[in-house]
Amino acid sequence: MRKVCISGVGITKFGELWSRSYRELIVEAGLRALEDAELPGESIECLYMASMGPGMWVSQEHAGPMIAEQTGLTSIPVVRVESGCASGALALHQAFIDVASGKHDIVVVGGVEKMTDVGAKEAGSIINTMLDYEWESIFGATLPALYAMMARKHMHDYGTTREQMAEVAVKNHYNGSLNPIAHFGRKISVDQVLSSPLLADPLRMLDCAPMSDGSAALVLTSKGDVEIIACEMASSTLALHSREDITTMDCVVGSSKKAYKRAGINPSDVDIAELHDYCTIGEIIESEDLGFFEKGKGGKKVAEGVTSLNGSLPINTSGGLKSRGHPIGATGVAQVAEIYDQLIGRAGERQIELLDYGLCCGVGGSGGSAVVSIFRRR
Amino acid sequence: MVGPSRIWREAPSRYRFLGNRCTVCEEVYFPPRQICPKCRRASIGRMEPIQLSGNGEVVTYTVVYDPAVGHELLTPYILAIVKLDEGPRVTSQIVGAGLSEIMIGSRVKTVLRKLREEKGGGEDGGSGDGSGVITYGYKFVLDGQS
Amino acid sequence: MASIVSYGSYIPRFRVEGGEISRVWGRDLRVGVMTKAIPGPDEDTITMATESARNCLRSVDLDLGKVRALYIGSESHPYAVKPSGTVVAEALGITPDLYMADLEFACKAGSTAIIICSSQVDSGLIEYGLAIGADKAQSSTVDELEFATGSGAASFLIGKKGIVDIESMKSYTTDTPDFWRRDVQKYPSHGGRFTGEPAYFRHVTECAELLMSTMGTEAKDFKYAVFHQPNLKFPSSVGKKLGFKEEQLRPGLLVPEIGNAYAASSLLGLTAALDASEPGDRVLLVSYGSGAGSDAFQLYVNDEIVKFREVKNSRGIRNTSSYIEEKEVLDYSIYAKYSGRYRI
Ligand SMILES: [Zn+2]
Repeated sequence: MRKVCISGVGITKFGELWSRSYRELIVEAGLRALEDAELPGESIECLYMASMGPGMWVSQEHAGPMIAEQTGLTSIPVVRVESGCASGALALHQAFIDVASGKHDIVVVGGVEKMTDVGAKEAGSIINTMLDYEWESIFGATLPALYAMMARKHMHDYGTTREQMAEVAVKNHYNGSLNPIAHFGRKISVDQVLSSPLLADPLRMLDCAPMSDGSAALVLTSKGDVEIIACEMASSTLALHSREDITTMDCVVGSSKKAYKRAGINPSDVDIAELHDYCTIGEIIESEDLGFFEKGKGGKKVAEGVTSLNGSLPINTSGGLKSRGHPIGATGVAQVAEIYDQLIGRAGERQIELLDYGLCCGVGGSGGSAVVSIFRRR
Repeated sequence: MVGPSRIWREAPSRYRFLGNRCTVCEEVYFPPRQICPKCRRASIGRMEPIQLSGNGEVVTYTVVYDPAVGHELLTPYILAIVKLDEGPRVTSQIVGAGLSEIMIGSRVKTVLRKLREEKGGGEDGGSGDGSGVITYGYKFVLDGQS
Repeated sequence: MASIVSYGSYIPRFRVEGGEISRVWGRDLRVGVMTKAIPGPDEDTITMATESARNCLRSVDLDLGKVRALYIGSESHPYAVKPSGTVVAEALGITPDLYMADLEFACKAGSTAIIICSSQVDSGLIEYGLAIGADKAQSSTVDELEFATGSGAASFLIGKKGIVDIESMKSYTTDTPDFWRRDVQKYPSHGGRFTGEPAYFRHVTECAELLMSTMGTEAKDFKYAVFHQPNLKFPSSVGKKLGFKEEQLRPGLLVPEIGNAYAASSLLGLTAALDASEPGDRVLLVSYGSGAGSDAFQLYVNDEIVKFREVKNSRGIRNTSSYIEEKEVLDYSIYAKYSGRYRI
């Protein structure tokens, strides 16, 4: 396999971008990424774009050609990739294979979602399409409700506390307050999390990612500042209830084991990570399933500050889904953009010193799919 | 709108817990599966229907305050993962119980309830305008009630 | 004649108190109904019928393939066109070799289901049939009915040999428009005091007298008597007029606790009376359906009820009194929400 590197990233502001359209967002992110990579548009040979459900969010399927046309790239292949909330991460996976295979030398990975053009109720229904419709949604399940059931079980089995989960949101909001593109720029306290409205007990509004608009893009080439040394995907049962252990995301365990093996590193070698904190408990569970912490200890580690900016393993320096925002298709790509910025040392006030390895973990739905990627500074 | 065929197709499982069993490895599945994911090809033609009891135990649960569309009138409602006595796990609501009565490990048994009402005219939403088809299916009550 | 082989009941757990209704609407039109049973927003005639039928079938050991008929009487079938009974039958697992129809005869359609099942059993067409009365009773908020309308379901498995023998049955039918609901109307209308003398009292009395004179029985021959109970006054007066004492009426008089469950009203009363019966007891059941008609039954409780009760208890199947006792009282606003009275 050929080496695959990132040579530039671009990201739009995340948030409620009332004046910006779906197509504008992805064009902006793409242009920024190319500018960053110092490459002309005509050098792009293939485009992978992640979007979870434009047919539902903006009534527009067949979004690939629309994006190609907007960017004047109609002569190259454009591939839309979908795997729920892991769509962006999976688009990276596909682009990685493409460059590694030698088929193309310069490939762009874009991710976009425009979530505020529908009402809140409809948005909830769209999010719920990532669940098992026949055997979860129809019975009244929602995505936060499934995470709440994971949280309840994690608290029951391991003694994880409500406050520890709140610490995830507090940490991520703090990080997000230092990230100019973040959806939320404000810091929050544990008390604020614990007094925010209940969505699905024990999870509250400030435990869960917002509905955001936004887009992010990467340029992959065979040479660049940051090398992708592994990019692996695994899936699990679509329905949470079918998993052997409700508090373990098999797909995260599976994809990370393959990724560590391919990268030739151990979890303890990872210096910085972007995880999929759709709900606070998600970050805790993933931090365990990725092998960073012993099962059941994730919450404790957050509370101890291990994953804070000044901790030994900073997680979600971007602010994560919680604070940076979660335009679904863009999320997996935005995670990589943050790791790239950190590894090349331009993450501003969020910059972590002395980094070798970064990791991204994108999760689809309640844990039906996951992509784990590992990056190294060159 | 979800067409009636889709609802009708799953009715035996949703109404009365019809599952199936792989006669190769004895694993019980609910809802029924076409092949056993463990035995794959070896299970072709060797999956047989099995009637499940609808009794089980709460694996985990939540109280939903921000409801799925169509479930507003019941909010807040208890949503749980239940491990059926025959092995498979399912997600559904626990009704007729106070929010504090339910615990991990609570015994539950099945009741038939209305799950969703379609709108008749083709607009998805599920809160129902009284013109679409009604989906019925299993929910649970704490054991000792029905 | 045929026999009741098993029976099962279901009453939803929610209640609203008459005083709460009058607090909201200002008037106090309570008619002896202390609390009325309210179904959850996810319950209807189909779900309640299914629960009562499950209780009924689980109380006996029976090859379900032998249940060859199912009839549900109700005023609140969820579909105007498309039967309730098909869902219930599928949920019970007794399709497809089945005679089935939804019935409507106001509050007496459930007892008419018993007549049809018994007739099919007696004719030899079927071995077992399931007769169900179920209702999620409707009433307009500003109507006196609002103080009385309840909900519930009762199921009776009818076969050749059972626990309660049907010694005789009679129907009495005239065209008397005392209470009706036109197609697409949400709530029923009624003729006020016209629902009394020429309607309820005439039909119930005549039907009961017809039955008793045919059988040569009188009030004292019955341990219990159960009448349709739209309020407390009607069944109490008609019972008294027919010569029954209060203690003969009391066990089957559920209207103070659950209200008028329409097609399930007298049938739930019967389940409670049977729960209180001993072998050798006779029970009189007289239903009433507006429009109008009555069905009357002379029932004889045989020795088998003792064993039936043991099995039912050992399987933890709830009887009617357990449903009456276990309740959650709602305030009017939650009641209105559960009844779909807010626009969403
Ligand atoms: Zn197998």
